[in-house]
Order: sequence, then structure tokens, then C-alpha cells
Amino acid sequence: MVTINELHKYGRTKLIMPGTAACPGCPLQLGMRYLAMALDGKFAMVIPAGCSSVIPGTAPYTAFTVPTMHVPFASSPAVASGLRRALRIRGVDGPVVVWAGDGASADIGFASLSGAAYRNEDIIYILADNEAYMNTGIQASGTTPPKAWTTTSPRGKTEGRKDVSLIMIMHNVPYVATASIAYPMDFIDKVRRAASIRGFKFIHLHAPCPPGWKFPDNYTVRVARLAVETGMWILWEYNQGKLTISPPSIPYKDKGRRKPIEEYLKLQGRFSHLTKEDIEEIKAGVDRQWDLILKLTEIYR
Amino acid sequence: MSSVSSKYVKYILSKPMMGAGGKTGTWRVHRPVIDAEKCIKCGLCWLYCPENAIDWLEDKTVAVDYDYCKGCGICSDVCPVRAITMVKEGVI
Amino acid sequence: MINQSQVSSRGIRRIMVGDHAVAEAVKLARVNVISAYPITPQTLIVERLSEMVERGELKADFIRVESEFSALASVYGAAAAGARAFTATSSHGLFYMYEMLWWAAASRLPLVMAVVTRTLGPPWNIHDEHTDILAIRDSGWIIGMASDVQEVFDMTLTAFKLSEDERVLLPVAIGLDGFILSHTIEPLYIPSQEDVDSWLPPRNPKVPYVIEPGGEPVTLGNLPRMDVYHELHRAYMDEAMDKAKNVLHEVYSEYGKLTGRYYEPLVECYRCSDAKYVAVTMGAWSGDAKVAVDELRDGGYPVGLIRIRYIRPFPDEELATYINGVRGIVVFDRDYSAGFGGVLAGELMGLVPSNVSFKGVIAGLGGVDVSPSDFRDVIVNFINDVERDGYLRVRKWWYIPSVNGGD
Repeated sequence: MVTINELHKYGRTKLIMPGTAACPGCPLQLGMRYLAMALDGKFAMVIPAGCSSVIPGTAPYTAFTVPTMHVPFASSPAVASGLRRALRIRGVDGPVVVWAGDGASADIGFASLSGAAYRNEDIIYILADNEAYMNTGIQASGTTPPKAWTTTSPRGKTEGRKDVSLIMIMHNVPYVATASIAYPMDFIDKVRRAASIRGFKFIHLHAPCPPGWKFPDNYTVRVARLAVETGMWILWEYNQGKLTISPPSIPYKDKGRRKPIEEYLKLQGRFSHLTKEDIEEIKAGVDRQWDLILKLTEIYR
Repeated sequence: MSSVSSKYVKYILSKPMMGAGGKTGTWRVHRPVIDAEKCIKCGLCWLYCPENAIDWLEDKTVAVDYDYCKGCGICSDVCPVRAITMVKEGVI
Repeated sequence: MINQSQVSSRGIRRIMVGDHAVAEAVKLARVNVISAYPITPQTLIVERLSEMVERGELKADFIRVESEFSALASVYGAAAAGARAFTATSSHGLFYMYEMLWWAAASRLPLVMAVVTRTLGPPWNIHDEHTDILAIRDSGWIIGMASDVQEVFDMTLTAFKLSEDERVLLPVAIGLDGFILSHTIEPLYIPSQEDVDSWLPPRNPKVPYVIEPGGEPVTLGNLPRMDVYHELHRAYMDEAMDKAKNVLHEVYSEYGKLTGRYYEPLVECYRCSDAKYVAVTMGAWSGDAKVAVDELRDGGYPVGLIRIRYIRPFPDEELATYINGVRGIVVFDRDYSAGFGGVLAGELMGLVPSNVSFKGVIAGLGGVDVSPSDFRDVIVNFINDVERDGYLRVRKWWYIPSVNGGD
């Protein structure tokens, strides 16, 4: 695993320029910084509509130091497919990265994502998941957790959650992983591993959003870490047929070592309306997810 | 217009620049103040700064760029030795 | 409809359907990336191109996408990475692309698309109508409409030259009437690869800009600092549209030298230089309208035909020149703008002096056959009405030659 000391060389390098339009404490900016360091600032990026269309600031300037296309909401996997194909024909190497939110990935752009995945396009797709349509003001998405408050689920989301990363494995792509902004070394390792593989790579990055989830700006990393420590978010990696639990999540295979889920929930205003029964249901959901992922580690061994 | 950067077509392309979203230091309500005595030079505040407004210098000490720091306070929250305090702006 | 200019055409004479003529032009243009989704009556284009790629006749990547939206999105991405790229669609597929059409045009990247015109549902109907292609007229694409298979080929090939011209840098859509051209075999001349190569060099990937890893760190499409940047950007597009008219003249002049086929670039004037009345058409049925004009001329009627080849950029000066001094204009629209009338009639009306008679005719929707005699009857009635009453101004008139209605 990469160490922080190895990243010291980026200590003063601004691969993402400061002075962005992101909200204070924005997890997407953390993820974007780690992505840029992982690839040493040498990649092309495609960004669909979402917070990351706004974050880099206003034209004729941008905070991003790599060639970047901002494109329509549902189009990024297809645009990246075309980019990659053309670059291959022209003999230009280097990663093409889609940086997309949950709306663009799980919902409006899902067909396009599915198409690019099943064609095994040689791109890295990062789903930076803040679990709702944040850019339009916190509306429920396909990855918003059940019962979470959003402006379109004012009494809590009644639907379930689409598990996009597992759906991606079923597309027979070579690489799928989950990651968290609280575990940058794990994420950077995964991006680098993805970059070394030909074909479609998918990384699902958990990104707690202060205004969207209703927690203080300074808690972004704390909330993200708690998601892993309580077992709410499992870090795993599927690499060419083998699925493993990633190091930060290994302790939490043991249910007894997971922190109480309440610690994660109570920091977030979006869950403040939950009843005891609601919390029990959420806990049962976490157990089911662990059972499923652990079974998958047996199947994909 | 100076912003046109393709020499082939009159077109507005963007180039990297600090402060493309503005001088975001003005957003700040609380400023991070680093206690150099306490700092163990671990770099975590640099690592977890969303705004990339902290420099992790050659000697592994850190420096905040107050022109752009939005004052989110993550650096203070992740500091393992509580070397960073958030001080209300305007208070000396 | 046999084009008289073909007499001196150079190249190999072959016979093929319009869709295959598109594919031949794409092959000769040495396109690098193709992406399309099947839809009748466009499908023959992608099938033929797939065969060409599989056989190695065309060294290109064919991206088998899951929708028209992704078809355009992927060729757009390919164009941004410096490739010469092509897509094709029709009707519902074109509408499924709608958002991307605007984004692609305003990104100022060269692209070529064939639009095989077809009716929009409901009810489901695969037959010809121009409403689909005319619905993208505000999007920033240059839009041409061919009238025979030879012109389908010629327009498709010249589209690459036009789109990639540094003065233009706008995508080009070439329309061909569904079935009437797409599936109808006609003779055509196809230039040699050497001739085409000498005239159409490979695309310069740096023009207008390129998105590639390790390349110049340009960003396309983030929010403008001031809204006036956005406005300026649209004004630049408009400037390019204007310049495209001159470029079209140049391109067709060079193409004429190359192939022996010369076209009036934006608008074709058929027997209208001394005409007192002109009919206006676009697309394949112009051939039938020409037959009607010939017959009417034989009968002593001073009639001509204006055929619109490119509706974007709008050929206002060319049209104004041709309609100058006529007594009456009758516009045939194979399209319908609901609540308004014919699209071409609407666009032309602004150019018609108030003392000139005018009639907008909506006909042939949903693939309804319109024959030379239909054209002849409508034109004769128009002339008779104007001669009798002295003046006539009808923006919208439905020609429905069926038992169930009509006039």
C-alpha cells in the first residue's frame, strides 16, 4: 500500500488548484485530489452534470490541471468510450477517467454506464457517491440509503438502494472496487491498480456530503471513517475474478468489532427522524450486506 | 477576448488557475491555527484538506494558504495531536 | 432523378441504395471512429459500415453502443480526441440524441451524421417525412438534404471537408429521405480513393483542440464566469455558420474539379431564372417537382423550382435573389410544425415581399406519396388563383389526397 510519505512529493503540487467553488468540507474535492495524485496528474477526465461541473470554478479558468470535458448528464461513459477509442487509434496512451456522481451513474446515465461496461471499454469509471442529487439541492437518488431524508423524500426514502458496484461485476468487467474518501491510501492503490489493467474499471467512492447529509463541515472524514468502522460501507476489491475485503474493512468482518451503527447515524441530520425500528432495519440491512459480500469472497476466490 | 485559448476557433476553453472559484478565503468563518510546537509533521491535515489549501513543506511542517482556505475545519478534526485550533475570524 | 451534371462525372459508375452510398462516402473519407444504433430506415448504413470494418476495408473502430444518445456521445468523444468520426440515425433516434446534438455543436468539434428522414410516432410509421431533421435546425448543426443517391454520396463526402474547415468547425448533418433514397437503387459515380485522399487529408487532431492524457490541460464546458461569455460563444457559432456559406462554395467548387460534378452549393435553381412563379422544395421529392415544372413549362406556365440543399446555414441571400421579381411562391413542406404549419414556409415567408403571393403547402407526411401530377395540380391551382384574384397569401394549406379528407 502507498504510504503518506510517498505522497510528500505532492506536498506543494496543486494538481487540483485551490480556490474552487466546492462547499467547505467537500468530499468530492478530497477524492479528486487523491485521484490526481494516484495518476500523477496524467490522465484525461470526463465529467457529467453534477457537483463536479460546478466545483472547478468558472470559465475561462478551472481548478483542474488535466484535459477535461464537462458533458451532458447521461453521456459520460459513452463520451469516454469514444475518447479512448480515438486515442488508441492515434497511439496516445494514458488513462481516461470518468468522474461521475450517483445520479449520473446509478440513474440517468445507467444505460450508458452499462453499455460502456459490457463493451469493456478501456476506461476508469469513478462513481463519487454522495448518496443524493446534491448539485440540484439534495434529492433522492438510486444510491440514497433507505429512510434517509432528502428534499424529495422528506419523511425518509421508502425505496431501497441500488448496489451499482455489484451490478458492475455482473457485467464481467475486470476490475470493480469500493473505496472511501477517509481511506486515501486504499483508494490511491485501487486507482493505480485499475490503471494497470486493460478494460473497464469501476471504483465506487463513498463521499459523505456535509450539507446534503446534514453534518458539520469538519466531519466529512469522520463520517466517512465511521461508515467503514460501523460496517455500513464495506471496502472490497474485485480484481479479475477474485473478490477480497480490503485491509481497512478486514477487522469488521467480525460483527463484534464493528462500532455501533448509531454512532454513524447520529452525526447526520438526514437520519435524525429515525425510530428504533428504523435503526434495527438498517442494522439488519448491514448484516445482510456483509453476509452477501463475504459469500462473494468465497465464490470469487 | 483573452479567454479564447484555441488558436483555431473562437471558443471559450478553460485553463488551470488558482482561485477559479474565487478568493475562497473570504468564505471562512473560523480559521485553522497550527501550533508548531505540537505538530508532529505527519501530513494528515495536508492529506485531508479538500481545498488543497495546505502545503506540506520540504521539512514536513505545514502552512495554510489563507487566501483559499474555506475554514471547513477538517484539518483540525483529523489532527492526531490536536495541534490545529479553529479560531473565529476577527478574533485575535 | 438523373442529374444532368453526371454526364461529365469522373469515377467508377456503380448502382446502390442511398444508405450504402453514405457508407461508401464514409469509407472514402477514411473515418476513424463510427458509432450508431440501428433504426429503420438508417440501419443499412451501420450494417454496411460494420461489414467494411470487419473486412478491413475501412480501418476504423465501430462502437456498438446501446442507444442513439450514446452513439452521438461516443463519436463526440472521439472527435474531441482528434478522430474523424461519423454517426447515423433517423427519426426517434435523432430525437433520443437531442441533448447531445446541442452539446456537440456548441463544442465546435467536427462531426458528420447521416439522418435518414422518417416520420415520428405515434402511430409507429417508418416512412418518409422531414419533420425529424428540421427539428434540429436550431441546434448548431449544418444541415443538408440530398435529392438523389449521387447527391447523398457527394453531400456526405463533402460534409467532412466542410465540418473540419477551420473557419467552420461545426458538425454537419446530411439528410436523405427514408426509403425513397435510403432503400432505392440508383446509379452513381464514386471517385477513386486516390482522388479523395488528394482532396481530403487526414484530420488534424489539434484542430480545434484535443483532449488527451498528458496533453494541454484545457477544460471544455465548465460554467462561464459571466453570462456574456455564453452569449459571445453563440455569436461565434453564428459567425461560423455565416462563413460556412462561403466555405460551401469553395468546397463544392473543388469537389467539382475533382469529380466533374458541380453543384449550386446552398440552393439549386431549376428553370427559375425567368420564372414568374416558383415552387420551393427540399429532398428527394424535388425530382418529382422538377418533372411537374417541365410539364408545366411545356404547357406554357412560367414556372421554376427552387430546391433547398442546405437549410442551415439558412440560404437567405440565395433565396432572396431567386424570388426577386416573381409573382408567386408555393412552398412544399414534407414536415409540420404543430400549431404553425410548414417549417420551410415559415422560414421563407420572412424573405417574401408583401406584394408577392405565397402559399405554404403541407404534403407527403407519414410517407404519403406525392407524384409529379400532384405537384402539377397544386402549382396550377396556385397560379390560377393568383391570376384570378391578383393576390394570395396562405401560410398553411393541407394537401391530403385521400378519401378521408383533404381539400
